[in-house]
Amino acid sequence: MSLPPSTEPAVVVDGVSKRFRLYHERNQSLKVAIMRRGRAKYDEFWALRDVSFEIPVGTTFGLIGENGSGKSTLLKCIARILRPEHGKITTNGKVAALLELGSGFHPELSGRENVYLNGSILGLSRKEIEAKFDEIVAFAGLERFIDSPVKNYSSGMYVRLGFSVAINVDPDILLVDEVLAVGDEAFQRKCAEKFSDFRRSGKTIVLVSHAMGQLRNLCDQVVWLDEGQVREVGAPGNVVDDYVGESHHARDQVAAGDGPADPTQHTGSRWGSGEARIDRLELLGPDGGVTTSVRTGDPVTVRLHYTTNEPIEKPVFGMALHSVEGVELTGPNTRDAGLVPEKIDGTGVVELRIDRLLLLPGTYDLSGSVYDFTCQHPYDHRHRALRFDVELGDPREEHGFLSLGGSWSADWSTGPAGA
Amino acid sequence: MTALAEIVTSRELLANLTLRELRSKYKRSALGWAWSLVNPLVTMAVFTVVFSVFLKAKPDAGNPSGLDIFALWLLTGLLPWNFLANSLTGGMSSLVGNANLIKKVYFPRELLVGSAVGAWLVTFMIEMGVLACVLLAFGNMVLPWIPLVLVVASLQTVFVLGLALGFAVMNVYFRDVEHFLAIGLQVWFYATPVVYPMKYVHSLAKYHALGVSALDLYRANPMTQFAIAYRNIFYDLRFPSAETWGYLVGWTAFAILAGWALFSAREGGLAEEL
Repeated sequence: MSLPPSTEPAVVVDGVSKRFRLYHERNQSLKVAIMRRGRAKYDEFWALRDVSFEIPVGTTFGLIGENGSGKSTLLKCIARILRPEHGKITTNGKVAALLELGSGFHPELSGRENVYLNGSILGLSRKEIEAKFDEIVAFAGLERFIDSPVKNYSSGMYVRLGFSVAINVDPDILLVDEVLAVGDEAFQRKCAEKFSDFRRSGKTIVLVSHAMGQLRNLCDQVVWLDEGQVREVGAPGNVVDDYVGESHHARDQVAAGDGPADPTQHTGSRWGSGEARIDRLELLGPDGGVTTSVRTGDPVTVRLHYTTNEPIEKPVFGMALHSVEGVELTGPNTRDAGLVPEKIDGTGVVELRIDRLLLLPGTYDLSGSVYDFTCQHPYDHRHRALRFDVELGDPREEHGFLSLGGSWSADWSTGPAGA
Repeated sequence: MTALAEIVTSRELLANLTLRELRSKYKRSALGWAWSLVNPLVTMAVFTVVFSVFLKAKPDAGNPSGLDIFALWLLTGLLPWNFLANSLTGGMSSLVGNANLIKKVYFPRELLVGSAVGAWLVTFMIEMGVLACVLLAFGNMVLPWIPLVLVVASLQTVFVLGLALGFAVMNVYFRDVEHFLAIGLQVWFYATPVVYPMKYVHSLAKYHALGVSALDLYRANPMTQFAIAYRNIFYDLRFPSAETWGYLVGWTAFAILAGWALFSAREGGLAEEL
């Protein structure tokens, strides 16, 4: 960066430790609390242990690590949402966090009212919001819908508006958690431009991401967190290489046979707050039986079994399909399909029926998830939990992932060009 | 950001959160804002029929105003009570109800409780405005007394805010608090001279222990003193006694200090506990 050497770093993380208590049974009733003499049984879990580093002003700083390594916890500590048990975090300048976008929206209020509300929660004054209002709405591309209640928005519109408000807060330090992949491609391009504007104007960005290529390109520095401790800090190239090298090694070991007993429920990771759980993810073949091997063109069904620990309002179930290399091919959810129950409680089943599976031969992974209505808060997300194979079928194609189901035709007798 | 700037931005946020409460309260109802007036009117009608007509409760005529209408006497005590009950119920659930927000964004959390109380304060002020007009129509010259009522209302708002802060934070840790509060409010309502005049409980003076009579305890009830103050000013048209002012200021100071202390001690852990 061509900035004059600044005296103070943007963020100083100094010996930060954060403890969570995992309660076996929460003390949420007074009777229980009195019977246990005020002490619930819990396990302590240190999400962060003595983490220290500095983020210089004007740099883009990446946080990497496995799920559960403490990246998001650290980001929330910097954003002052969580308070660390030990250590201190100093920030110089206005901080804005792009954590779960649109989480402050009130479903009954219009987009316009929510922009004002959300903006002031993020620290903008009324005048500032008025000045930026048109820009915010235009950036989200929601001019036509801004006066309808946000509960009628699709999940994409929701997130776009949330992102647009947050990015227009114009902070000195921007905290970003995995939200660069919102919206369609056009919107992502706009976001990327906004980020480079940010960097050019000397702002500091702290980024949590699993997209290693993106981190390599964007970041000036990266810190690798491993089980709450700093493993390595430095230039993105080195740190990312070391991290990728190690995690591949770990995955290969699992694949070599140390995996869990049920071979179909094996690969990926899992996260979420746990009020509802995805118990099992199944693929049903043309005969309706559970299978892990189908053919191109088969009618198949993806089935999610869930259990809730408490009544959940307006849950959104989703699944995602990944290539074995990790490319997300598609991710349909029940909200976009207009299938959102008022409330679920207990156990149940959600199915996605696919009349013709247009996947080409290869190995694929399925994820299953249940989120809240904003699609921002995961109750349970089982990432790449089911692996299955597709074999040659109809249509007989082999190149790439997808068949478009088209049919070729040609008129060989037509001469060149013409009208 | 300097402390002053933070106060200025927070004030706007408080206003916006309060607006959100108000807007969402009557969204999608045909009568909208009119509901906030229908509710106290129906309560007034029911209580007037039951307590004045059936049970023959007869408060003294206003002194020196001479006004003698049960329904108006009732309203001068009932509206402040409703403000308390609604604010405590709303304020108590404000943190739990906005868990989503607390876990995702940092902002001063007390604003959530403040906005719940603030929304009911707006309703209360509208109701009191209507009451003042009705009192005027019945010949009670309340206009010069309005500043004094506003002073009492400010004290009550701070008192209510203090209690709401305490209840809100306790409710995060123990969900029993909401059930306790619902019952507590019911008992408290009848332990306060809202629907019957205070002269009916003078017999409580008979019961005493350690030099304190049951009547003294009854008088020490902060809502008793608030009801007395509102009625003195708006119904009787006279200045409340020094004793009443003493209780009001004392209780208000206690409530806000205790509530604030409890709240700030627990504020940091909210995002985890919710």
